[in-house]
Amino acid sequence: MFKDFDLGPILSGEYADLLLRGAGLTAQLMLYAWSLAMTLALLLVVVRLTGKPVAERLVAGYVSYHRNVPTLVQLMLWYFGVPTLLPESTQLWLANFSTEFIFAVIALGLCQAAYFCEDLRAGLRAIPTGQTEAARALGLGYIRSMRYVILPQGVRNALPSLINHTVLLFKNTSLAMAIGVVELTYAARELENYTFRTFECYLVATLGYLAVSLLLMGAGALLARHFNQARAR
Amino acid sequence: MKPMIMFANVDKWYGEYRALTTINAEIRQGEVVVVCGPSGSGKSTLIRTVNRLEAIQGGQILFEGHDIHGTDANLNRLRSRIGFVFQSFNLFPHMSVLDNITLSPTKLRGLRQGAARKQAMELLDRVGMAHKAGAYPGQLSGGQQQRVAIARALAMEPPVMLFDEPTSALDPEMVGEVLQVMRSLARDGMTMMCVTHEMNFAREVADTIWFMDAGEILERATPEQFFSTPQHPRAQRFISDLRAH
Amino acid sequence: MLDVFVIIRDNWELFLLGQYPHGPLGGLVNTLILSALALLIAFPLSLLVVMARISPFAWVRWPATVWVYVLRGVPLIMVIFWTYFLVPLLIGRNISGFTTMLCTLVIYQSAYLSEIVRAGIQGLPAGQAEAARALGLGYFRTFGWVILPQALFNALPSLISQFISIIKETTLGYMINVQEMTFAANQVNNQLLTQPFQVYAILAITYYLLCYGLTRVATAVEHRIERKRQGDRASTPSSPTGPTLTASEPSR
Repeated sequence: MFKDFDLGPILSGEYADLLLRGAGLTAQLMLYAWSLAMTLALLLVVVRLTGKPVAERLVAGYVSYHRNVPTLVQLMLWYFGVPTLLPESTQLWLANFSTEFIFAVIALGLCQAAYFCEDLRAGLRAIPTGQTEAARALGLGYIRSMRYVILPQGVRNALPSLINHTVLLFKNTSLAMAIGVVELTYAARELENYTFRTFECYLVATLGYLAVSLLLMGAGALLARHFNQARAR
Repeated sequence: MKPMIMFANVDKWYGEYRALTTINAEIRQGEVVVVCGPSGSGKSTLIRTVNRLEAIQGGQILFEGHDIHGTDANLNRLRSRIGFVFQSFNLFPHMSVLDNITLSPTKLRGLRQGAARKQAMELLDRVGMAHKAGAYPGQLSGGQQQRVAIARALAMEPPVMLFDEPTSALDPEMVGEVLQVMRSLARDGMTMMCVTHEMNFAREVADTIWFMDAGEILERATPEQFFSTPQHPRAQRFISDLRAH
Repeated sequence: MLDVFVIIRDNWELFLLGQYPHGPLGGLVNTLILSALALLIAFPLSLLVVMARISPFAWVRWPATVWVYVLRGVPLIMVIFWTYFLVPLLIGRNISGFTTMLCTLVIYQSAYLSEIVRAGIQGLPAGQAEAARALGLGYFRTFGWVILPQALFNALPSLISQFISIIKETTLGYMINVQEMTFAANQVNNQLLTQPFQVYAILAITYYLLCYGLTRVATAVEHRIERKRQGDRASTPSSPTGPTLTASEPSR
């Protein structure tokens, strides 16, 4: 295997296309799922902030479910299970599309929203109560206090965790291969089946994942340091 | 002349515990009132009821004639006319010193950034912190932060300033710089209510001293009267404990 | 929805035990066995990784750091495929899905567990190591008798959380035909064909109960540790705090 190590065949022509398309799908999964997750997480945080016990329990239940059920099982429940709950006509209509991608985005996005929600909540909790008091004492109302004083600090506090979980989401996109999304890992496997160059295929995919993960982690460390510099003594 | 702040039969409970008992008092314009007493006497609670950081269960508190605890009070507007300085400064760590001060004038009064900054620099000059306008709170010492906090409270040009133990969280060598700012404010005619343990400051600057214990104002006197001939037995004990140091 | 109970009644053995006794052990039991084995083997390995990561020798520290960062940056599936591919090459014969999954989890978790233990170590006051060295304990004795026990105790809740993560990661074994619970659910679904939602809902709920239960255990352990830590803090003298009284201040 090591003797004929040759990246050439897979980095050119249709094989490279396969990998690139896989990477492209990974990127799209990542983008849509992340946006869905962040939007939903912010919504959940706002719901939680209303302080009503019903809201608190709903959000807590949502978070608990998505953190305790394995992501793969969530994916399978959405892709295999949910369509059968829909009315016949909708199911027939859905058969016209490749629903794997959509369900993957939904499943990954919903799952990730739970993690982001908890990160934001922890970030808000880390703010000393004196901050709210000071803002209100100046005459800033609830919304303005939130907007200029509380939320900026909350997000900054939450940033390291948010970045960590973003990396997690990125890695989770590979789970979509279980429901047939031809993302990078699936593509690498397919390529391996065509070329039998297992080591090279896996290596390229691995390096791809590593590059993005390390970039994200590095960006996170930079951001954290930038914000801490502004505050630290 | 109508008093600036008036307490009328103010009562406050924390559950079963009575924190404030039938407080009746007033603060006139230009008056400097220092509230002192042993810990747990309710001094901080009292000052925090003035801008409704604490609620009250009975009575009224009138600020410039408005019932600040009333259900139809325009709380934000009233609060913007009361400057409050906290024991733990509570500067906004994610904003520079200058931005801390320009926040309320720009957002509440609609002042333009340029005008707000000019005013902020003047305030910083007044408290001796102009050279740190671009710094962040985390880079400042406690005394510096508290002076910035005072400038921030002055930004909306309030007619009254409330100080809740402003120097209690400071290392001794920094207490003086903060007291100096407060002294100059008093000299300029600001109406002030201070909860503090700094008795020399009280002697020098206060017009009236309120002695509190167990949620009641037990004695009201000028500094000369209070420190030389306290009337109430608990006030006498308080003064004698002071002298014992 | 009552079909759920029918499905459970008819297939609970498959969910719980896989094809045993008519085949290899599977289902929930196998999931737990796989997870427990992975944790037991990965843990000592992670201690080695931690020691390497905090070692003063760069030639030991660098490989360990690379190990951790690579495993944190690569999806678990890729690690599975690598293991599936490399291990037979290394030992000269094919290995079962179970063994592949076990090796993968051990490798993957050695990195994550090492990070948890490292956090536990760094959370200890510096005085601990100093005191031990001042007493004359060498590097390894300090580490083994003073630092590590305390770090592990403090890291206990995180370690339990990591066990929960391992349980969730075993589900990926389904893709290489490991006989764990997700695989069993898939088999049930392939038999029934008409009620996928119910089948996977049962699967989800089972994992939920299992992991949620363990989360509660972790929280309970965390509370007990907090109480003990506060006890320790109360009994050790603290440095003088706060401003000293000036001559004019009343006694409090």
